[in-house]
Amino acid sequence: MSGATLERRAAMAALVAGRDDNLLVVPGLGSTCWDLAAAGDDDRNFYLWGAMGGAAMIGLGLALAQPQKRVAVITGDGEMLMGLGALATIGIQRPKNLGVIVFDNGVYGETGMQPSATQGGVDLVAVAQGCGIVTCLDVRDEAGLADLAARLKTLEGTLFARVLIDPAEPPRVLPERDGVVLKQRFRAALGLAEAAKA
Amino acid sequence: MTAPADAPAWPDRLYDVFKRAGIKQVAYVPDAGHARLIDRCRADADIRDIVLTTEEEGVALAAGAWLGGDRSALLMQSSGLGNCVNMFSLMRSCRFPLLMLITMRGEWEEFNPWQQPMGAIVDDVLKLCEAEVYRVREPQDVEGAAERAVQQAFGAERIAAVVLSQQLIGKKVWTK
Repeated sequence: MSGATLERRAAMAALVAGRDDNLLVVPGLGSTCWDLAAAGDDDRNFYLWGAMGGAAMIGLGLALAQPQKRVAVITGDGEMLMGLGALATIGIQRPKNLGVIVFDNGVYGETGMQPSATQGGVDLVAVAQGCGIVTCLDVRDEAGLADLAARLKTLEGTLFARVLIDPAEPPRVLPERDGVVLKQRFRAALGLAEAAKA
Repeated sequence: MTAPADAPAWPDRLYDVFKRAGIKQVAYVPDAGHARLIDRCRADADIRDIVLTTEEEGVALAAGAWLGGDRSALLMQSSGLGNCVNMFSLMRSCRFPLLMLITMRGEWEEFNPWQQPMGAIVDDVLKLCEAEVYRVREPQDVEGAAERAVQQAFGAERIAAVVLSQQLIGKKVWTK
């Protein structure tokens, strides 16, 4: 991961800065959840306290159900590696309104900085390209991050981005932990009828 | 779509249940027992069919679909259930609906002994995961079981599984 200069909290803040009501965000279990909480809570965030390997697929189901919204899955390399097959599944479906963004620091930060497969040479951009995702970005600096943030404002095709980040772990910022609450507030924000009853 | 004259009718009844229930996303790892139902869903412009690389993807997909207001269904054979177990925690922690249709292997006229270990624990695994289980052995019971599973999944927001016994599917022919 040499040359990684982006700091994770600043990177997340840049991606969701000035977000509108049409951006729905699914962070993966672990640091990206704390990053998103630190960037500012929103009913349209669906924080994951589990479901490792599932973030991208949650994003796919959501993107297919809400074609008028934009869905950003923002997860870590370890979480993405556990569900790598999802990139093949997404590569076939290719919803226009889905972005899968991986904060790649090459380590499992939550568990003691053990090296992940990306540090060993697995190239997630190449995997996503090989799965048929046409727009695959390799974000390594502020300019790349600004480009990615701009693309998230419109999303006109399935997008994959690897964002190389510094492995430093800032203090945790913990979001709501009750899964039913997270689900209900998210659905209510989308105006889904059943949510009003709960 | 026309089925061969000797094809069982219950997959078409399952498709009818999907349509009445407003199922919009149907995810699956292909199984011969579900082939007819998969064909019906693929031919339906109002149903998004999603082929998965592993069944647990379909559990996460169902959560996302429901977050966005879509009803979905997950089709698999019994071996796939084992691939889903940890992801069921997502559904239970958030009370997401999950409608599963599981075709059995390893319990009747099974040629492949490697299907037996997972097949033998399907009902117990589902119960441990607090799923509502509807076991079906007779073709005429398929539709009613699926209707009840739909009600449990989307009405009560929980995991509901229709388990289709191997007798319904018939022997797999291994020599061609």
